[in-house]
Amino acid sequence: MEAEVQHSLSAENLAVGYDQREIIHDLSVRIPTGKITVIVGANACGKSTLLKTLARLLKPSRGTVLLDGKSIQSIPTRAVATKLGLLPQSPTAPEGITVADLVGRGRYPRQGWIRQWTKGDDEAIADAMQSTDVLEIADRPIDELSGGQRQRVWIAMALAQETDILLLDEPTTFLDLTHQFEVLDLLVDLNKRDERTIVLVLHDLNQACRFGDHLIAMKDGAIVAEGNPRQVITEQVVQDVFGLAVKVIPDPVAGTPMVVPVGRHTTRDDQIPTPDNPAAKALAASAAANGICRPADR
Amino acid sequence: MASLTAEHSPAQVIAHARAVRQARNVVVVVVLAVLVFVVFCVSLSLGDFKIPVIDVVKTLFGGGDKATEFIVNRLRLPRALTGILVGVALGMSGAIFQSVARNPLASPDIIGVTYGASAFAVFAIVTLGLTGTAVSALAIAGALLTAFTMYLLAWRRGVSSYRLILVGIGIGAIATSVTSYLLTKARVEIAQQALIWLTGSLNGRDWSHVRSLAITLVVLAPVIVMLVHRLRILQLGDETAYGLGMRVEGSRLGLIVIAVLLAAVATAAAGPVGFVAFVAPPIARWLTRSPGPAMLASALMGALVVALSDLVAQHALGETQLPVGVVTGVIGAPYLMFLLARTNRIGSGG
Ligand SMILES: Nc1ncnc2c1ncn2[C@@H]1O[C@H](COP(=O)(O)OP(=O)(O)OP(=O)(O)O)[C@@H](O)[C@H]1O
Ligand SMILES: [Mg+2]
Repeated sequence: MEAEVQHSLSAENLAVGYDQREIIHDLSVRIPTGKITVIVGANACGKSTLLKTLARLLKPSRGTVLLDGKSIQSIPTRAVATKLGLLPQSPTAPEGITVADLVGRGRYPRQGWIRQWTKGDDEAIADAMQSTDVLEIADRPIDELSGGQRQRVWIAMALAQETDILLLDEPTTFLDLTHQFEVLDLLVDLNKRDERTIVLVLHDLNQACRFGDHLIAMKDGAIVAEGNPRQVITEQVVQDVFGLAVKVIPDPVAGTPMVVPVGRHTTRDDQIPTPDNPAAKALAASAAANGICRPADR
Repeated sequence: MASLTAEHSPAQVIAHARAVRQARNVVVVVVLAVLVFVVFCVSLSLGDFKIPVIDVVKTLFGGGDKATEFIVNRLRLPRALTGILVGVALGMSGAIFQSVARNPLASPDIIGVTYGASAFAVFAIVTLGLTGTAVSALAIAGALLTAFTMYLLAWRRGVSSYRLILVGIGIGAIATSVTSYLLTKARVEIAQQALIWLTGSLNGRDWSHVRSLAITLVVLAPVIVMLVHRLRILQLGDETAYGLGMRVEGSRLGLIVIAVLLAAVATAAAGPVGFVAFVAPPIARWLTRSPGPAMLASALMGALVVALSDLVAQHALGETQLPVGVVTGVIGAPYLMFLLARTNRIGSGG
């Protein structure tokens, strides 16, 4: 892939909604090229709606999405799909489809009127399946896979599309902690290796801080804060966006901001008294944040 | 292309996996084609005057004597060919509907299309006193009008498959009551004639039926080949299909139009031969292990179902000849019940 091709994605004064209800009223955003952008926000605040609008799945009632400086609505749909790929939040697959078959369908925008498979197609598919670690299960039907395996297959399909811009809606749902990090590490690899622009929605703020170069915090269909993790993930912003009292401390591994929810049931009797060790405190808090250990006195 | 060893590159693994999938499809298609041909020849050999199957084959390839040629080519061939082509059209129509709607219940004879065609045909027979080609023309008009109404009613910033099916079932119910109403108003002999049409029958089909079916299939074939490719993408759901750069609404509309046309010409030629479009595609998908539309296999499976059913309808009960629709109904109804029972148990409602 030639790095010379400059791609860009931005939106100006978007208003988007479903039927009568307008979800996003006036939103402008510029997705930094060659960076990983993470969108965070509470449920139903419009993250998926924004992502779908950026991928021209939804037509804005006002404003425009600009892909490479041109209105995305004016570019032929197939041409868009060779530049920009989308993994929806809950994709559906036909019954009985095998892994290799599904991933192969990601090649659609690059094939002609009638399917002709080229060596390039096979290599792209194999590459995508290798990086997501699903090559071994190539012949298995999707319905027989675990949620996490299925998720990786879908990511492989998006990768097989070989687009410079990749939009992923909650790619880590259903995954165990190991696979969550594998997927996120993979996205970083893709970003580093091919200078792909990646936009993803994540619910885990600590992961968002660690993997995102650029964060967008949304509330009620508007952008509340935008910038690097340190600028965006502050105690005020989290309080404002999620309505949750938190402490923000440095992540003991990466040094990025780490969010420790205060919550209502915070005191436990069986706590190990190591108040002066910030790393231990951080680890315990991160465990609590991940729901690994619940407060005992409920 | 020897067996797969560990030294094969990942790309070769992918190519191999695809080859295996296609090989299975090819085998199924070839076997089905052979079966269809066998049943076809047997049906040409049976009748008041029995002709050995080998002579039938000879005659078909232009080497029979005068008498056999007359019986086979003039008397029996149009009917048998109509049956095959009706089956092909219904099989493909069902395959398209079920894949577009991502629901095995969606076939032209479950949702309203064939009922609409029937209502119009009965109107033509009973009220207008028409016969032959005129009835067929009105049946096609009825199918198209029903489908159009269905699509309009299901439209809400795009057509969801679930809504399409529900609206289709509703329209089917309306069309059925219209048909019943027309029948109660009709004189007995006319009603009798309409009833035979309504069951789906291949009796007395001639070359004009073969011609209209063949022309439709030949004209639609290239379009079908082109759109099947999109059907595979559409199956992944609207969002993914959009993401892959497909014009979802346009493709879906195009596919529905084709499926409706196929069902319409089949119904016009032989009446609403029930359940063929409904059962043939799932069997084809199961045989090919294909998630996709399995278009060719569905077409051949449809042909096989109609040809076999007609064989049974004509010859199984000795003197009594049944309309082919009775036999396909006997095959299809239990499957519908099985499907409904299964859907209920899963609780997905489709
Ligand atoms: N297809 C739809 N039709 C109508 N309303 C919708 C549709 N999809 C989403 N909405 C509404 O739009 C609002 C924003 O939804 P959206 O899916 O963008 O939220 P989100 O931020 O992605 O939430 P989550 O974190 O739960 O995925 C919600 O109030 C939702 O009810
Ligand atoms: Mg969402």
